[in-house]
Amino acid sequence: MGRLSVDLCGITLDNPVIPASGTFGYGYEFAELYDINVLGTFSFKGTTREPRFGNPTPRIAECTAGMINAVGLQNPGVEKVISEELPKMRKVFNKKVMANVSGFSVEDYAYTCERLDKCEEVGWLEVNVSCPNVHGGGMSFGTSPEAAKEVTKAVKAVTTKPIIIKLSPNVTDIVSIAKACEDAGADGISLINTLLGMRIDLKTKKPVIANKMGGFSGSAIFPVAVRMVYQVANAVNIPVVGMGGVSSAEDVIEMMLAGATAVEIGAQNLIDPFSSRDIINALPEVMDKYRINTLSEIIGGAK
Amino acid sequence: MKQSLFTIKENRPLTKDVYLMRLEGDTSDITAPGQFVNIKLSGLYLRRPISVNDVEGNILTIIYKVVGKGTQQMKDMKEGVLDILTGLGNGYDTSLSGENVLLVGGGVGVPPLYMLAKKLISEGKKVSVILGFNTESEVFFEKEFASLGCDVTVTTVDGSSGVKGFVTNALGNYPDASYFYTCGPEPMLKALYNATAIEGQFSFEERMGCGFGACMGCSCKTLYGNKRICKDGPVLKKEEIIWAD
Repeated sequence: MGRLSVDLCGITLDNPVIPASGTFGYGYEFAELYDINVLGTFSFKGTTREPRFGNPTPRIAECTAGMINAVGLQNPGVEKVISEELPKMRKVFNKKVMANVSGFSVEDYAYTCERLDKCEEVGWLEVNVSCPNVHGGGMSFGTSPEAAKEVTKAVKAVTTKPIIIKLSPNVTDIVSIAKACEDAGADGISLINTLLGMRIDLKTKKPVIANKMGGFSGSAIFPVAVRMVYQVANAVNIPVVGMGGVSSAEDVIEMMLAGATAVEIGAQNLIDPFSSRDIINALPEVMDKYRINTLSEIIGGAK
Repeated sequence: MKQSLFTIKENRPLTKDVYLMRLEGDTSDITAPGQFVNIKLSGLYLRRPISVNDVEGNILTIIYKVVGKGTQQMKDMKEGVLDILTGLGNGYDTSLSGENVLLVGGGVGVPPLYMLAKKLISEGKKVSVILGFNTESEVFFEKEFASLGCDVTVTTVDGSSGVKGFVTNALGNYPDASYFYTCGPEPMLKALYNATAIEGQFSFEERMGCGFGACMGCSCKTLYGNKRICKDGPVLKKEEIIWAD
């Protein structure tokens, strides 16, 4: 175990830095830029049972210190992900990858997870019950403890790999939902997905995004994410993966002090494609500055 | 794709709200006309995608219209250094052009056609250009295309310069064109699509997240499957286009 390494649900990560789903494709776009094997792992583009084109464009809006997206889970469907995307990914990434799964029914989630659970390159399944961009979709499962529990149970029943449930911040009581997932057998929790947001164009007097609303991400949401990671990490006994507006090595450390075992980098990858690599490279120096010997020792250190 | 720093060498208005910026830096990843760059600006979260007007050695020229916060900030820059992603997008494929090529640009869609014209001419092809604007005071780059040896027709909606009307009103000047390339506002692209019998390539614009294919923010449907305007485009072939409503 090196200074940066952490254990996430029984699998050792060389470092806690994980590019977040939807900001890193299947890795190969970034592998043209740098050796992505420097990453702890990455969470690939959200996968559904059937192929999806997603929402109409515009899907993107600029915000102060952030952005809104309403992509709507565009992906080629689980069969093509397994037959076409994972083989391409394997050529550029030799570690276990995190498979991100979304669904529109409990059966969808179970089906897609069962398929991906059998893929050798998959280390963890990150089950997204929190996508704000599909009607009647994932987020409805992440906004009630009962529904989150039901999805978790169904997925656990058909899989062998660690199940990490990805939660929405768009709820009144994040702790009750995290606990429901833990009770249902989840191996970890990741949070936060994007905050539901909206922009209006003053020239056209219409919403900027075709879908009207979308998920707000970027450095602006970092304090909200730290707060929710702190609340959840103090309430559950399973690992928490923290994300939301992380854009520097300092942010990674802050998120770990709040209780995160590993940290996902999202929107920052889109504005600076080298950011995940650069954050990993910056960690040792920042650790020295704050007299941190190993990252694993600081998890949940802020009491 | 490359991320590198470019030094501003020149930044001047061509018309009231269209500016030309010359930047010095590593242009080695810009391999085709019709590609774009993505520029980081201070205080703004997302980069701003701008088409490449020309590359000469290590000098990159871009032309942009002041339409929002990003371009407003750019127009006031006199000097300094910009963080730019280069080599983005597929660009125009000149291998399909035939010998008698027509370029059709509308407004701020004109700039990428300049580098394309240079390439086509260097390949020994005859290049004619239709440049469409709203009015005479908005016309730019007419002389620059003429200097390359292109036959140039300007159209203005109000008739204050050149042919009165839209770019499609000037198509009759070039009945022998074998192939066309275009860039401009989507209504113009669609009108051209319907008015031409020959094949061609269209450059599209869309709001982008990353600009390099990671976020799926700028996807469109084509007859050849879903494509990302930033990575699989911005240039699409006429035969594959599906127009959104």
